[in-house]
Amino acid sequence: MATQLVALRTLVRKECNRVFRIWLQTILPPAMTTGLYFLIFGNLIGRRIGQMDGLDYAQYIAPGLIMMQVVTNSYGNVVSSFFSAKMQRHLEEMLVAPMADWAIILGHAAGGMVRGLAVAVAVTVVAMLFTHIYVTHLLVTLSVVALTAFVFSLGGLINAILAKNFDDVSIIPSFILAPLSYLGGVFYSISILPEFAQHLSRINPILYMVNAFRYGMLGVSDIDIAFAYGIILAFAGGLFAICLVLIRRGTGIRS
Amino acid sequence: MLALAVHNLVKTYPNGMQALRGVDLEVSAGDFFALLGPNGAGKTTLIGIITSLVTKTSGEVQVFGHSIDTDLAQAKSSIGVVPQEININYWETVMNIVTTQAGFYGMGAREARLRAEECLRQLQLWDRRADIGRNLSGGMKRRLMIARALMHRPPLLILDEPTAGVDIEIRRSMWEFLREINAAGTTIILTTHYLEEAEMLCRNVAIINHGRIIEQGRMGDVLHELQAETFVLNLREAVAVMPVLPGYAATRIGDHEIEVEVTRGQDLNDMFAALSAAGLHVTSMRNKANRLEELFIHLTGQESQAAGEVRP
Repeated sequence: MATQLVALRTLVRKECNRVFRIWLQTILPPAMTTGLYFLIFGNLIGRRIGQMDGLDYAQYIAPGLIMMQVVTNSYGNVVSSFFSAKMQRHLEEMLVAPMADWAIILGHAAGGMVRGLAVAVAVTVVAMLFTHIYVTHLLVTLSVVALTAFVFSLGGLINAILAKNFDDVSIIPSFILAPLSYLGGVFYSISILPEFAQHLSRINPILYMVNAFRYGMLGVSDIDIAFAYGIILAFAGGLFAICLVLIRRGTGIRS
Repeated sequence: MLALAVHNLVKTYPNGMQALRGVDLEVSAGDFFALLGPNGAGKTTLIGIITSLVTKTSGEVQVFGHSIDTDLAQAKSSIGVVPQEININYWETVMNIVTTQAGFYGMGAREARLRAEECLRQLQLWDRRADIGRNLSGGMKRRLMIARALMHRPPLLILDEPTAGVDIEIRRSMWEFLREINAAGTTIILTTHYLEEAEMLCRNVAIINHGRIIEQGRMGDVLHELQAETFVLNLREAVAVMPVLPGYAATRIGDHEIEVEVTRGQDLNDMFAALSAAGLHVTSMRNKANRLEELFIHLTGQESQAAGEVRP
């Protein structure tokens, strides 16, 4: 066990070093993009929209925008790190070592989480330049953002394990993650949607994460918080199990 | 004690290609062992299975008594591997590459830094420790992979063509280093296409072809099976036509150069006597090919003929 903990710590350090070594690619762009979102949607268009759930529009979208960047960046971090290690074959450094499968998964997930959380901090700082944001339930806020980063890091890992070429690593972020994020209640409350669209929205897991995070920060949510936690934890457990099976079988990483 | 025991190992890839067809191989602890074979013979697949980068179809592998089926972590801890292809992280520093590898084997950061200094100094890379992998020359990358493989002090080191593309000076220093660590107790399995390298370094040898071991034994015993050697002789005086050398197959190559084949049972003294009798004065001589190379070509050629292969 001690060996595994050292191996895990080594991998976490390696992944974190990577995130901060290339901060111009990993941390700064999401902060820039979010600044533009606040400028255009929060300030220019938001003034005409007025209020949403009793809050200024810029204030209302802040938690969703933070969460959207957490989702995208935690996912993207693991995809790019693991897939490039696979392509350059230095993933073999880990595969020939007596590292447990769970340590490989958690090490990569930790890298994704660190980037997700670092981006969350950067985006929050940018958000504070445009609107007043505050934290109502600190524990909920922190746990939801950490769990969400964990879930999408695992998603990124599965994508990277199964990917055979560079197209495979860009399809899911572009065609699945981006639409789910935009339609996951980042910019609006689902209460303004027709009933049919509200039901449809409830099959989108990002809706639960965005709303639970918004509840933690602003104290408002379209979703029951306990149910949102249930969904997030179920995804975390399910994706972790899938990662374990894939790595144990050697899918995509052993011939 | 056996460092490596492979029994009836079979690997069939999903596309149906049978890379290993029942390989049996034993390597004693402390040995310097050559695993030779033409491209596509199954060497890299065999090494891949031993190091768990390739999943086997059937058969058994034990590393220092640890089965890769039931005691994989211990088996892995006993092996250091230097793969054929460069597989370092190009964006990490030399120091980070080796210390990270040590960490993956459970070595603490402080110990890893000390061990890294030892390994990098031995491989003449200490001065380059702050450089990123991308900025190293080909020979340095190869040496870095050896340093990385040795970080956790494995009792078995597997080198898959470690000197490919390396200049002769670096190759010689690598040979020297490998001899030293073998003398210090590390078992070494070497695959190489430089057969003089294998002959010079290794005590035992196995030749693999078409996924089967076709020859295995002590280097001297295996070389003894060589039926004939061809020597290239340089002559003092030019010869226009090759004179007859009774009992020897001889061919004129150039005005001052001939080739003579000496079969087992014949000796060089008789050959020189025949040359003198023919009025030929030899100024220098050399083997046309390395002895192991001749045997290798002979054995793999036989195999290909038996399999009805046509070589391009």
